[in-house]
Amino acid sequence: MLMLEGPYSSRGDGSESGNPLQQAQGEAQPAIEVDALTFSYPDGRKALDGVSLTIREREKVALVGPNGAGKSTLLLHLNGILKGQGVVKIMGSEVGDGNLGLIRSQVGLVFQHPDDQLFSPTVLEDVAFGPLHMKLDEEEVRGRVKWALAQVGMAGFENRVSHHLSLGEKKRIAIATVLAMQPGILALDEPSGDLDPRARRGLIRLLRALPQTILVATHDMRLVKELLPRTVILDEGKVVVDGSTEELLEHTELLEKHGLEAP
Amino acid sequence: MTHFHALDQYQEGNSLVHRLDPRVKLVLTLAFVVAVTAVPHGVWVSLLLFLGTIAVIAALARVPPILIFRRSMIAIPFALAAITLVFTVDGTPLATLSVASRNVSITHQGTVAFASILTKSWLAVLAATVLATTTSFPDLVAAMRALRLPKVMVAIVSFMYRYIFIIADEALRLQRAREARSASPRSTAGGSLLWRTKILGGMIGSLFLRSYERSERIYSAMLSRGFDGTIRTMGAEKLRLSDLMISVTFIAYLLAVVALGTIYMEI
Repeated sequence: MLMLEGPYSSRGDGSESGNPLQQAQGEAQPAIEVDALTFSYPDGRKALDGVSLTIREREKVALVGPNGAGKSTLLLHLNGILKGQGVVKIMGSEVGDGNLGLIRSQVGLVFQHPDDQLFSPTVLEDVAFGPLHMKLDEEEVRGRVKWALAQVGMAGFENRVSHHLSLGEKKRIAIATVLAMQPGILALDEPSGDLDPRARRGLIRLLRALPQTILVATHDMRLVKELLPRTVILDEGKVVVDGSTEELLEHTELLEKHGLEAP
Repeated sequence: MTHFHALDQYQEGNSLVHRLDPRVKLVLTLAFVVAVTAVPHGVWVSLLLFLGTIAVIAALARVPPILIFRRSMIAIPFALAAITLVFTVDGTPLATLSVASRNVSITHQGTVAFASILTKSWLAVLAATVLATTTSFPDLVAAMRALRLPKVMVAIVSFMYRYIFIIADEALRLQRAREARSASPRSTAGGSLLWRTKILGGMIGSLFLRSYERSERIYSAMLSRGFDGTIRTMGAEKLRLSDLMISVTFIAYLLAVVALGTIYMEI
């Protein structure tokens, strides 16, 4: 039943035919460039150890690896929340203190727990938060809130109180809070975790329809198989594998070595 | 999954009171509290009129009076702190007690002052209860913001509302986990008092740590959406003429009741 929507049906943007890597290297510009990024937490634990990675525009990439591999830490570097040694470039410009506002409007970071992302009393205020802090005028903000909620299938939820929403609804609205900023890149941390099958299915459909460059940190290999043609395995702060999901899924021993399993 | 709902006082409705602009409701509630305070001690006519006012508003809002009454009781213990007035205000003695070989008099004036303070506190809490019952919390927060209360303070209130339920849910889960591990084959479930006390300490510590970590994640989420230290929110809607007229009328009424009380006192 679930396989009706095969892994490469690619309704989204139609760019995933053939080998995604070759396709991407053809003409698309790099959206995310990470070069020799190293980061240690204050307690001395090394979370990232010389990570280098290039993701091109409109690519959809999985970032997988065992717990504590550094996936979330890497995502937090993409918009300058954390600053390690090395270079992170977004759409060609290096992330630094001077351009954080711009970078953060280009990289939409969706946190693992929607209760952390939805911090306002109502859905409207949460979705409006990003656009308001981009200093857009109010009419534009209202328009974007409406548009973003419609994008995630939550139109009309403006005045709902976040506490009373289901987890699936919260996850969608968390995505809307960053879509409202109209970023070119979406970075999602465990978007399908804890969701029941129906909500999970809806989420996959939603992510597939989004035109953005997408990087998803996850353990959900079925989601990876269906949605993300390229996979990067991170283990102990290092990129150990970077390649096509289809090929990778055949190397079960490699997956198991890094604490993963084929779907 | 169970939720903690007891903290949400708001009762949905579509009455005149529910539809009144939250800013107006907030200001009028504060005005009501000030007016109640301004009534001299012992002028029961005014206080009775104020009680009647609350009753009329509650009826208009179609909120069960018993609900308002029960909720308003919460603040009474605090008002009892004024009991010392009974002994400390000078005046006509009603009774004299001998405490530790000293005479302490209960005075008429002291009793009136105490009863007045108790009644006034209760009326103030009643007004606040009606406000909280007929206005959703997000609306109240927006009203505070529109009335230019300090932004940081409003933000704290807003975060408190958003996260108090989540923290309460977490506490509930911790409590369940404790109960699940406190079964003893011989005694009744629950564990010994000492054991439970120890666990409670751990629970409080754990809740604090979780909340602290959560606050860091929330802050990251705010930064990620462009937060730069300045809280930006959407502007408020314009006040309707009818709301404005209701405000003026109600404030005039409050002044009249206070004036009545003051004149009553003079006679």
